[in-house]
Amino acid sequence: MATRWFGAPIPRNEDPRLLRGKGNYVDDIDLPEQLHAAVLRSTHARARILNIDVSAARVLPGVHLVLAASDLGEVLEPSPLLVPHHALTQPRTQLPLARDEVHYVGEAVAFVVADNRYIAEDALDLIDVEYEPLPVIHSLEVAAAEDAPLVHADVPGNVAAHLAQTVGDPDTVFSSAPHIERETLLMDRGAAMPMECRGVLARWDAHEDMLTCWISTQGPIPIRNGLAAIFHLPEHKVRVIAPDVGGGFGTKIMMFYPEEVLTPFAAIHLGKPVKWIEDRREHFISANQERSQLHEVEYAFDDQGILLAVRDKFLHDAGAYTPYGIIVPIITACTLPGPYRLKNYSSEFTVLYTNKVPVSPYRGAGRPHAVFVMERIMDRIAGELNLDRAEVRSRNFIAPDEFPWDVGLVYQDGGPTKYDSGNYQAGLDKLKVLLDYDNFPAMQAEARKQGRYLGLGIACYVEGTGIGPYEGAQVRVESDGRVFASTGVTTQGQAHYTTFAQIVADQLGVDPKDVQVTTGDTQAFYWGVGTYASRAATVAGSAMYLAAVKVREKAKLVAADLFEAAPEDVELAGGKVFVKDAPHRSLTLGQVAISANPLRYAYGENARKLMSMKLAGPRPGPALPPERGAPGLEASEFYSPPHGSFASGVHGAIIEVDPKTGMVSFVKYAAVHDCGRVINPMVVEGQVHGGVAQGIGGAFFERLVYNEEGQLTNASFMDYLIPTAAEIPPIAVDHVETPSPLNPLGVKGAGEAGVIPVPALFASAIDDALSPFGIRVREMPLHPLRLYELLEELKG
Amino acid sequence: MQEQEEETPAFTEECDIAVTVNGRHYEQRVTVRLLLSDFLRHELHHTGTHVGCEHGVCGCCTVLLNGEAVRSCLMFAVQADGMVVTTIEGMAGTNSDLHPIQQAFQEKHGLQCGFCTPGIIMTVHAMLHENPNPSDEEIRHELSGNICRCTGYQNIVEAVKLAAERLREQNMEV
Repeated sequence: MATRWFGAPIPRNEDPRLLRGKGNYVDDIDLPEQLHAAVLRSTHARARILNIDVSAARVLPGVHLVLAASDLGEVLEPSPLLVPHHALTQPRTQLPLARDEVHYVGEAVAFVVADNRYIAEDALDLIDVEYEPLPVIHSLEVAAAEDAPLVHADVPGNVAAHLAQTVGDPDTVFSSAPHIERETLLMDRGAAMPMECRGVLARWDAHEDMLTCWISTQGPIPIRNGLAAIFHLPEHKVRVIAPDVGGGFGTKIMMFYPEEVLTPFAAIHLGKPVKWIEDRREHFISANQERSQLHEVEYAFDDQGILLAVRDKFLHDAGAYTPYGIIVPIITACTLPGPYRLKNYSSEFTVLYTNKVPVSPYRGAGRPHAVFVMERIMDRIAGELNLDRAEVRSRNFIAPDEFPWDVGLVYQDGGPTKYDSGNYQAGLDKLKVLLDYDNFPAMQAEARKQGRYLGLGIACYVEGTGIGPYEGAQVRVESDGRVFASTGVTTQGQAHYTTFAQIVADQLGVDPKDVQVTTGDTQAFYWGVGTYASRAATVAGSAMYLAAVKVREKAKLVAADLFEAAPEDVELAGGKVFVKDAPHRSLTLGQVAISANPLRYAYGENARKLMSMKLAGPRPGPALPPERGAPGLEASEFYSPPHGSFASGVHGAIIEVDPKTGMVSFVKYAAVHDCGRVINPMVVEGQVHGGVAQGIGGAFFERLVYNEEGQLTNASFMDYLIPTAAEIPPIAVDHVETPSPLNPLGVKGAGEAGVIPVPALFASAIDDALSPFGIRVREMPLHPLRLYELLEELKG
Repeated sequence: MQEQEEETPAFTEECDIAVTVNGRHYEQRVTVRLLLSDFLRHELHHTGTHVGCEHGVCGCCTVLLNGEAVRSCLMFAVQADGMVVTTIEGMAGTNSDLHPIQQAFQEKHGLQCGFCTPGIIMTVHAMLHENPNPSDEEIRHELSGNICRCTGYQNIVEAVKLAAERLREQNMEV
């Protein structure tokens, strides 16, 4: 394959529009006669609803509609269970509006539509809900306690799911292992916090019987299919568009958030467009969250530091509902072995309901937790045996000639957890150079003489990416020569308008600037799933490649007939199609597109020129010869991976801790990343940067604090601290490239990678910095106050 | 009480304002409680100014008010009466070319989803007006009122440095 553009760090096609303020996010679209909605949310974490009185709200001037559960008719159905699993024995999903009970603070109770958002919010104040508060489960510990109150009255023990998997024979290994350690490791809740909150705009067109919804989502096609089912419409009469999406990070790969049903319901009911835009406080209490897990892990190793076996039992906090099944804890279980040759491993998890916002994947999706556990193990082995931490990792790495490596577990997609390729030692070697690893001990010793506490942390990970089931793409050259490419995945910052254009440009011999990519619009492409699990470049990118190849081959067939040449002698370059060695006689892609459509009515500049060129006339026989298939220079293709591809990486940092305050600052941060072949290195580095920043937030500042009543006590940016430019250090990035053998591009996913190892390396670096105090970090995130408390405990 | 409720609440009163936005003069009647951000976005349809938190922390809604960077979600439209507002749409003026700050953001990949970008560019504009040659540390400090969730700020800092350098070379005042 020609690779002029693939691999080039070209600037992004999407930027000029976004930089001019001409982006098109949901709330940027205002339609004529549009009304605005607001949601009344539960103020209790668990309560029985005794009565809802909306009468005062209904008569407020400017209010058009007030909906409670009883007004929804057959639409009052629980949201679908997206990923069922045999171990998920007690799935529960949410109603669009709570009917009998509320299960978390923020659950939707009523929906108001008014002339504008201000009046809609006034009306919320006039709705009187009578609640009977019930006992609240605010933490995993409480949920797991014997005789704990129940989140759902019909779910005994609050247990949604229980899954145990075993590889090898860990019990036998433990019975004779030279070293065994046990510990409890905790990760608390955090949230994705995209800068654009959620939003829905719905329009019902009575002339066409058509519902159009603009939704800030990562999965418009499944939502379209779902809305069609709910409203009994043919799928082609529902169009869902994810326009510009201001960040997603997983929290927008959900269906249905209540507002995604309520807003179109109201629009159909009122016959007017209705817009609902989430505000930040609502986002804190109603957009899905993640991370909370409690691990009890034991591990066995030998005198050389080889990890022999791991037994991990963990509790996973599902929040109040399980819309996304048990994907997150399954990923945790499968990610834990990481880059290490772990042949004896048992994993057992219990998914518990709590009265908190539901959990679904957030960038990293169960992986940071697993990596935290495994890398704590590696550090402990090094500590116990007095070995170098990097050396212990090297001794346990799967070697480059051991791929494919089957971890032995069933992955989140139901396929094997089978690593397709990797070179973990190469990554670690590069990281050591970036960090000046070998000289750090001297630097640390020197600093300690001055009373400063420097620490170095490293963490390795393997990340399952690029899972199925499939994605598709269509590539089309129109008669004016413009190239259009569309796919069902969405874009929320990943540069798909550029990277997919690079893939297509190489095949059609055009500049990526001349390829217009459309993502996330069911009118442009309506097969596929969405952007999640670091899969868009791998799965949709491969489909894009296959479709572009098909268009290229078709262009060659058409041009070969016109030039009376062999198709294999036809070339595409510089936007032209010509016979090899005779570039002076060429056609534009637009002219080939016209010829590919055997019409008598071709018109326009390109068609006139084509006529004047006196090329060969049509061959006898059908106007569309069978080898050309459909008319036009257009093709659709699909790609379905055999199983996920496994990216990897290693990050390291040097930090300085002030033990008097618990404050941590970064001296250096370095990341080495392997996502197979790189389509656009500038974009991949940007993804890594952003992931690291989110990881630093999640390791340090970002903890969602729920009190015993299940109230989120830090539901604002004043209190839930997202790192700013002042907190994030310069990040050095390097790449290792082990192509994936699974897909035609050799790529693996890159979107989530940056975030995954950060909590683990942060813990590693703190332990190292504060080793004179004998600290062992066992929880994340760790904000300065908590670190200070830990130090005080050690001193006391 | 009953009587008071029947009166028009003070916050729904309307008021005439005159504002210049991106060089164009507007005279408009607005509700006194209308936020400046909502006025710009939904009354004047300058939707490049984004709203990320509505409590003045994230900086997405930053605009220039009489040349100074302010958060338009923390102000009422009526407070901008008689003032001059510049939003992201006014950055490149009528030029077809991007402003050097915008250009630098594209070249250095200083944006991903693009949602925080207009606010950041307005902040950078005000920053470089005050300090045409900021150090890395000054840049990071000045940017710390704007949250970006995508880029990790790395390339934003690089873009600001490049923009500052170009503007100095061109002797262009911002």
